[in-house]
Amino acid sequence: MPITYTSGEQVEVYRFSLPATIIIPLAAVFLQAFVPLQLHFFSVFDLPLLVVIFFAVARRSQVAGLLGGAIIGVLQDSLTHRPIGVYGIAKTVVGYGASSLGVRLDVENAGARLLMTLFFYVVHEIVYFLVARGLVGLTLQWSWPRELGSAFANAVLAVFLFALLDRFKQRT
Amino acid sequence: MDTFIARYRNVTILVAVLFAQVLGLAVQVKRTSEDQSSRLIRVWAVNTVTPLEKAIVWFQSGASNLWHGYFYLRGVRQQNSDLKAEIERLRLEQVRLSQDAEQARRLQALLGFKEQFISQTIAAQVIGSSGSEQSRSIYLDKGAHDGIKPDLAVITADGVVGKVLKVYGTTSQVLLINDQTSGVGAILDKSRLQGVLRGTPAGEVLLEKVMADEKVQPGEKVLTSGGDQIFPKGMPVGTVTEVSPDKEHIFLNIRVRPAASLSRLEEVLVITQNEAKTPSVTETGPVRAVDVLAQRLPSVPDKPPDDATKQGVAAGARTSPQPSAVPSKPQTAGTGNPMPRENGRLTAGKPPTSAAPTTKPAGSPAVVKPAIAQKPAPPAVKVSQPTTKPATTGPKANPTPPPNPAQPQAEPAPSEDKPQ
Repeated sequence: MPITYTSGEQVEVYRFSLPATIIIPLAAVFLQAFVPLQLHFFSVFDLPLLVVIFFAVARRSQVAGLLGGAIIGVLQDSLTHRPIGVYGIAKTVVGYGASSLGVRLDVENAGARLLMTLFFYVVHEIVYFLVARGLVGLTLQWSWPRELGSAFANAVLAVFLFALLDRFKQRT
Repeated sequence: MDTFIARYRNVTILVAVLFAQVLGLAVQVKRTSEDQSSRLIRVWAVNTVTPLEKAIVWFQSGASNLWHGYFYLRGVRQQNSDLKAEIERLRLEQVRLSQDAEQARRLQALLGFKEQFISQTIAAQVIGSSGSEQSRSIYLDKGAHDGIKPDLAVITADGVVGKVLKVYGTTSQVLLINDQTSGVGAILDKSRLQGVLRGTPAGEVLLEKVMADEKVQPGEKVLTSGGDQIFPKGMPVGTVTEVSPDKEHIFLNIRVRPAASLSRLEEVLVITQNEAKTPSVTETGPVRAVDVLAQRLPSVPDKPPDDATKQGVAAGARTSPQPSAVPSKPQTAGTGNPMPRENGRLTAGKPPTSAAPTTKPAGSPAVVKPAIAQKPAPPAVKVSQPTTKPATTGPKANPTPPPNPAQPQAEPAPSEDKPQ
């Protein structure tokens, strides 16, 4: 089903309970740090990014989206040994972009979510790559096949994860 | 102005948040120690995430221990017997290696080398990772309260894992050797070429700074060189898998497969204390069987110092070729004290003691090395059981009578050794 254009008045705006707002991002960061130790292939996923996209799209608020992205990104940064802010900047951009898209488009169906996650994963990686190379001076290698493969894997996971997280939505 | 900000409120906030983060990044990058600027955020984040990780790992290991220790015991009997056989094999190997180590220790003592010993370690469990492929680091369940400090080496039984990077109260972060910011002083086992081991963005490990005209073969072992002052010398790091020259043909690109499985770490050891000391000859452990035999076999007696100087080079060449400076080489010990023979076979009689020189013919100098001669030699018997077994039982079990001081059982020296 294609992405449908919807006016701002027609799209549903959701909110989340405070526990869900805190626990879901924390759980995503925790799983991202813990599961790859048991299942090495899991490191291809970026659960915090998927959570940022989900919240941004569901709330349809650009400020909430970018702030959510910044906080989750900084939290993710602080578990690495790199300077704090690389993931923060990338996820801020994605949060803002996803919420802007959510304001204009109805992205509630699986196909739309797949394409949207695919797109924002690539955006996230590009911003991360530019910040890491330009500001921090890290030596990173860009590989389109690898990035597209990871983007597709994340997009598929996002379809199932978003369906699960839909249960925490509350209508305003 | 207010209208402009109100109109572009969202974009303004976006720019402000991005600017703040860029500014923060710039500050962290500029400062050499970024701990000062971001320590608080990291402590909060780590203290938020790691307790849950610890709890899960604790529950996981408890459940696993319960299952494997009490319920799933299939094949344990067979495994037990296999392990016993393995222990026997390793015991034999240990005896052989202890001889080599003993010899190396003597040589090191001669050359004044300092040996490094891992004297204290802390076992820790891996509870988490950074969650990013751009930061190859792990978290341990031990921290400052357990005595962990930054820059301590982290190893497993297989090899080197990394070094402690950041220490928190009850957890610590370890930088793995395959991270691109890590560096380990390494040496190739056979060629003894030294280089620096670095990680790549893809998580591989490369040995750098080895000149392109050197020859390095795939399969060669890579060890720590000790030059980084973090890892003790001689620890296994990995194996060379691929060698190719770099673009400028100045250095070699040596790809190394880490000895420790860095993606499947569960328990590690943190080396909290290293000792460096010169091995002492007096601390020698077991005596080699060949040394004990050398004490008993007939050999050329040493000439008195005066005679030796008179005889010149020709006579000197006929004496023992071993350097006399070696303190524990008993090549001339037991001179004139031949190995007792029983039915044509060599038997180990009473071990030579401090009284041994009295058995020597007059005029033969006593060159018995006290460190060796006064030692009981049970380990030596274990080394070469078939030939020196009687020595363990000592005189009590040995039917061969001890050599009679009045009647030497062998000719003291061949006639050619007599002064010309």
